[in-house]
Amino acid sequence: MNRTVFLGALTVAGLVASFASASTLDEVKARGVLNCGVNVGLVGFAAPDANGKWTGFDVAICKAVAAAVLGDPNKVKYVPTTGETRFTSLSSGEIDLLARNSTWTFSRDVDLKFTFTGVNYYDGQGFMVRKDLGVTSAKELGGATICIQTGTTTELNLADYFKTHKMTYTPIAIKTDAEGKQQFLAGACDAYTTDRSGLAALRAGFEKPDDYVILPEVISKEPLSPLVRQGDDQWADIVRWTENALIAAEEYGITSANIEEMAKGTTNPEINRILGTEGNLGAMFGLDKEWAKRAIAASGNYGEIFEANIGVSTPIGLARGLNAQWTQGGLMYAPPFR
Amino acid sequence: MTDANTATAFVRTAMLPQQPPPISQRGVIKWMRENLFSGPLNTVLTLVGLAAVFMILQGVLPWLLHGVWTAKSLNECRAIITKTWGDGADGACWAVIHERWPQYIYGFYPSDQYWRPNLAFVLMLVAIAPILFGAVPRQMLLFTAAFPAVAFWLLWGGSVWLAVVILAGFALGVIALKLGLRLGGAILGVGAAVLIPVLWWLFFAGSAAGALDALAPLDLVRVQSDKFGGFLLAFVIGICGIGFSLPLGILLSLGRRSDMPLIKYVCVGFIEFIRGVPLITLLFTASFLLSYFLPPGTTFDLILRVIIMVTLFSAAYIAEVVRGGLAALPRGQYEAADALGLDYWKAQRLIIMPQALKISIPGIVSSFIGLFKDTTLVIFVSLLDPLKGITDAVRASSEWNGVYWEPYIFSGSIFFIFCFGMSRYSQYLERKLKTDHR
Repeated sequence: MNRTVFLGALTVAGLVASFASASTLDEVKARGVLNCGVNVGLVGFAAPDANGKWTGFDVAICKAVAAAVLGDPNKVKYVPTTGETRFTSLSSGEIDLLARNSTWTFSRDVDLKFTFTGVNYYDGQGFMVRKDLGVTSAKELGGATICIQTGTTTELNLADYFKTHKMTYTPIAIKTDAEGKQQFLAGACDAYTTDRSGLAALRAGFEKPDDYVILPEVISKEPLSPLVRQGDDQWADIVRWTENALIAAEEYGITSANIEEMAKGTTNPEINRILGTEGNLGAMFGLDKEWAKRAIAASGNYGEIFEANIGVSTPIGLARGLNAQWTQGGLMYAPPFR
Repeated sequence: MTDANTATAFVRTAMLPQQPPPISQRGVIKWMRENLFSGPLNTVLTLVGLAAVFMILQGVLPWLLHGVWTAKSLNECRAIITKTWGDGADGACWAVIHERWPQYIYGFYPSDQYWRPNLAFVLMLVAIAPILFGAVPRQMLLFTAAFPAVAFWLLWGGSVWLAVVILAGFALGVIALKLGLRLGGAILGVGAAVLIPVLWWLFFAGSAAGALDALAPLDLVRVQSDKFGGFLLAFVIGICGIGFSLPLGILLSLGRRSDMPLIKYVCVGFIEFIRGVPLITLLFTASFLLSYFLPPGTTFDLILRVIIMVTLFSAAYIAEVVRGGLAALPRGQYEAADALGLDYWKAQRLIIMPQALKISIPGIVSSFIGLFKDTTLVIFVSLLDPLKGITDAVRASSEWNGVYWEPYIFSGSIFFIFCFGMSRYSQYLERKLKTDHR
């Protein structure tokens, strides 16, 4: 019993300490560096190069936030997190922001006490098969053996999908994508299923990528979003609006090439408000006027980041699809800067 | 001498030259008959074994032989293999190790500072030499004692004076122990030896380091812990764990056999708790749970936390191994020590421990090997271990997306070399210390 009391006391002490703490923004500013949780390594989304410089789609979010808050996109400490540790790292305060292609779900948002700051990539679960199998639709996969990572939402989605379509399948449990790739290439399973961005990245590493096709069906919704701890709305706003600034910048044609030009003032008041030449939006959440300008300058607008890391010109070759601007038939839609 | 026509019985007078044994009784054939084909069952087993070896080699050898050592990406590797060995040829792409070598060895340590881990490694070899080999002069042990501070300064950088004042604390402790023992006996001595260094570190060390730094600044560029990775990280954690867990484990094993109930039950509780909990749980506790309890902003270094946990974990196992050695000593040895009038520590140092440790060498070394291999578990607390952490990071770059076996084979071989080395050393030590009368 004594032990319980002791642990209870420690917990209370911890809670009191965290209530008494300064805001995340002040902490980050005092520290001078943003602790950003990223994937240990996922092609196109987060990976260190030979010199230890991190690049990727998720990394660009970290850079943009660091540029907005600290004025320098390089003042980021990247903390590689695994699937098991990511949420614990965030709630324990090891990291200020988690940009690790995490699906926004009800229980993570509500029960785990996080705030998702807005979808930066709309993903969905898909299937990849060998081309010579002659399958063109997931509905023809009845009776197939399917490689699937255990303990993920994809496993449940798969079961749901086959149940609704009254088909049977044999699951082959795998642990990681790298292992799954070996199994799939060795012919242990007819189809491989995971998020479609993951499938594309996996296929990019095959010896003959053209021998495999990703089927058109998307069987689940996987909105990937950066997230922060619940309870610090100012910090959540900063991350959310940094993302919005990147998305809006693409909509209004602000690119890393023309940003200096546009920052001198344009005829479009919305652009002027974003770039800080009109009004002072940054002051409302404790930043200066040019926060969004720096965030966009860090690695370009949303479209540039997409194209540079996972777009069609990269080995991963993802089309914009749902992630196009709302004006192009996609879902990327930044609320007005006003 | 013998005539052709004398009919005497044949007597050979010259020695015949020795004939070689028949072909079935010598050389390879004899060995094969005796060892491989000595009966129907063995013959069948040999043939099956040969077939298995052949099939494995047939699969693996071309892959190994087609290996490419210089390329910039996996696709380039594949292009080279196809070009050299024809379509459909399969080959290893060792170029990934070649290209990412610094990352595997140093993690993200700044490349212009690589000399520091290198130097620390060489100094480490110097420091452990007097421990491993009796022929090295005993004065070298002083350097061994100073080595942790030197290595800390070299690897993490910062002011040299920080390391110096930490060492000075230990030196003060030793002096206090000696003075206290002379002036007031064991209790005063031990008390002073604990109290004075702690007071020094708490109240004077900081300002002393600052003052010395102002006088003679001798700084290295600071390297944060998150830059550590690969084998550098494995070695830092492994060597610290090994170095600190042995003394701690010995103390725990003595504590467990102690007559004093408080010490005994604390040691038993500690050992049983640590042994009952998986290492990963301890690492998780160190890395995440601690942050909940500490006031925000007061983080202390993740590598340090991991080292502490790994050391405690290993110490509990070492304690049990050493206790086994202690239990194996005949009661007479303890009685002999008492009869000579030795006090507890002298008896332990001169009579009990040398014998108990000798008995426990195999167990201790296998604990150490286990500890060294367990350093790869730090991937679970976001440190980049050489086996999975660095490999995942390398595989996530678009150039090397898709390599699978090569990094594992490479890391595995390095681990094998060091673990096998440890095991050979322990066998050498056992032979050297073998004084029994069989």
